[in-house]
Amino acid sequence: MAAALQTAAALMASSNLVVNSERFRFGSLLRSPAGRKGSVLVVKSDGRHSVSFNAGLRAGHLITNAVAAKSEASAKSTDSKPGHEVLLFEALREGLEEEMDRDPRVCIMGEDVGHYGGSYKVTKGLAEKYGDLRVLDTPIAENSFTGMGIGAAMTGLRPVVEGMNMGFLLLAFNQISNNCGMLHYTSGGQFTIPIVIRGPGGVGRQLGAEHSQRLESYFQSIPGLQMVACSTPYNAKGLMKAAIRSENPVVLFEHVLLYNLKERIPDKDYICCLEEAEMVRPGEQVTILTYSRMRYHVMQAAKTLVNKGYDPEVIDIRSLKPFDLYTIGNSVKKTHRVLIVEECMRTGGIGASLRAAIIDNFWDYLDAPIMCLSSQDVPTPYAGSLEDWTVVQPAQIVAAVEQLCQ
Amino acid sequence: MAVSRLASSSSSLSKLLLRPLPAPPFSRSFSAIASDDDGTVLTIETSVPFTGHKIDPPSRSVDTTRNELLSFFHDMSVMRRMEIAADSLYKAKLIRGFCHLYDGQEAVAIGMEAAITKRDSIITAYRDHCTFLGRGGTLVEVFSELMGRRSGCSKGKGGSMHFYKKEAGFYGGHGIVGAQIPLGCGLAFAQKYSKDETVTFALYGDGAANQGQLFEALNMSALWDLPVILVCENNHYGMGTAEWRASKSPAYYKRGDYVPGLKVDGMDVLAVKQACKFAKEHALKNGPIILEMDTYRYHGHSMSDPGSTYRTRDEISGVRQERDPIERVRKLILTYEISSASELKDIEKGIRKEVDEAIRQAKESPMPDPSELFTNVYVKGFGVEAFGADRKEVKAVLP
Repeated sequence: MAAALQTAAALMASSNLVVNSERFRFGSLLRSPAGRKGSVLVVKSDGRHSVSFNAGLRAGHLITNAVAAKSEASAKSTDSKPGHEVLLFEALREGLEEEMDRDPRVCIMGEDVGHYGGSYKVTKGLAEKYGDLRVLDTPIAENSFTGMGIGAAMTGLRPVVEGMNMGFLLLAFNQISNNCGMLHYTSGGQFTIPIVIRGPGGVGRQLGAEHSQRLESYFQSIPGLQMVACSTPYNAKGLMKAAIRSENPVVLFEHVLLYNLKERIPDKDYICCLEEAEMVRPGEQVTILTYSRMRYHVMQAAKTLVNKGYDPEVIDIRSLKPFDLYTIGNSVKKTHRVLIVEECMRTGGIGASLRAAIIDNFWDYLDAPIMCLSSQDVPTPYAGSLEDWTVVQPAQIVAAVEQLCQ
Repeated sequence: MAVSRLASSSSSLSKLLLRPLPAPPFSRSFSAIASDDDGTVLTIETSVPFTGHKIDPPSRSVDTTRNELLSFFHDMSVMRRMEIAADSLYKAKLIRGFCHLYDGQEAVAIGMEAAITKRDSIITAYRDHCTFLGRGGTLVEVFSELMGRRSGCSKGKGGSMHFYKKEAGFYGGHGIVGAQIPLGCGLAFAQKYSKDETVTFALYGDGAANQGQLFEALNMSALWDLPVILVCENNHYGMGTAEWRASKSPAYYKRGDYVPGLKVDGMDVLAVKQACKFAKEHALKNGPIILEMDTYRYHGHSMSDPGSTYRTRDEISGVRQERDPIERVRKLILTYEISSASELKDIEKGIRKEVDEAIRQAKESPMPDPSELFTNVYVKGFGVEAFGADRKEVKAVLP
């Protein structure tokens, strides 16, 4: 681990990094030259980012259907602060659009993504700009259009497959598990599957049991798959772009209730590291690990806790597979107490695996047993009050921290 | 004219259905194989006419050359020999797990290769040893992979059901019945996207023809005019269940409904070649088409299946006598005096030696290194070196 960190530090310091882009077998569309200067963008887990060598990455020779103007979807603020304000779904769309401009192999497929604009407006306007083949409206056949996306990815295309709701992707489980996750291994490295599978999941507002599923717990055992969960407009755009550029299959978990969050994000090109966790609030007393919507419940609880005199450190783990045990481990070594707050069910969820990983690696640093607050092991009920009880609420988080810090 | 059926009682010779053609103008000497082909086109009729569904079938007369017929004979014999050798290796416990053998069906693989280029894509299920060979794989790669050795085509990590050859357009090699069909449509989608003017052949069996994903994929391919040809290798048995017990409608070429279909005698390599050529032209202009190859496998479903509990030995030997693809080509070669019987025997002996040599080489290849357990799980890209929750590097590199 130390050797890897030293290498990383050395790379961060160097300013002469030249990264050649890989040559992919692809027909007549992509004409990029063999050598392209890259840059090392280090996005630290506390949210600051720095670029050591800036290179223009917008290759002007890509073929696009329309004028590749920067998206003006979000209203630019008139005050002098840098960046622009966006809602989370707009941030996702910006990320998609920038990647589609940059690489003609990126395409989108899913139900109602094209003419309808996406059921959560993430792909609004993209079909008009890129055409019906690049933003493909599929019939309601999750198994086969996910399979189709994987087949296309085998040849070098970079599809972004949308599940209208993550729960529908259960129908595509065979394709995701066997063909998406395992093909790189079973072919001895011949095929890469640079696919992104994304969609909203999680418990919404009284959507019922079948539309409130948390698929991260089912997918986490699939070898070869990477899973990330976005929670803010900033990391949504960054993770979307990184997922599209990654050679590995990435499942990007969005949340139904977070699409309308507003935040100011930078104008310039940036990505978030797919395997890195985000430090939301540094602290000294207890480490709270969370992701996606529960981050907001935790921050609400944190306000109460700070008033009561506690000092929680809140980390948004973001990367659900693999876990960022570097950031998490540093935090555990500092605070010696861990609380995991997640939306998955108690049995077999992300929290269960994270707990096991922390125990395996950081047992000696723990002063108290790891507490894990998860949703109840029940189908999500329709009635509002029952649904609130299924999911972890801020009051429960406050009580758990108080108990942990006794 | 009598048409061949599976366990019919008609005499074997009448099955050939060759219309006698005038004798060739030059006298041919029985010289070495493939050395003096003067390019003369032989026109031979297929055993049975094609049957079409919502399409006009192509002509029964197929053009071929001496060289091509000899290469058919040679390549199919290599495949046959390879599969029989794999049978012995399996019984010697050098090949483990599942081993699905293709002998009897060689004409489908060879005929298809004769009609297409390596830029076209083929994807099939787990009965993939011969398809891999047809795409340019070597015998050593096949046997090494079957025995789990390092020199196998998937480095020993895939096994019998996971043969791939990316540079030759062979996309596998898939274990789950029917899952390769949407993948095949994805390959065709990518071909259409990049305007390659190539096609994809997605092969599946009569058992997989009852999978829902086939119909989902058919719908999407027809909707977007994807250049995909769906080939149903109908060997009449889905594992241990005969087709009449599993499918309400055994006319698999008609199952596409709005997608045209063609029924082909899959034991006649010339018919397969004609059909695939026709299908490729069709797919490039009009979108998907289904080809049903009426074929037969001599072995059971896999090496764990004796293959005789659900069908009679008479049926198997009947098909072997009357419809064997290699015998058909042998008779054509002898009838057209392209070569002599003893020369063909020599070719077969040479092939036997070749296969034995490949097995010997494969046996010498070492097993994969233990560190290979963790390679190729992920592609090293954004600093990922992960095979569990424990390892990572903290950096993001913009490519």
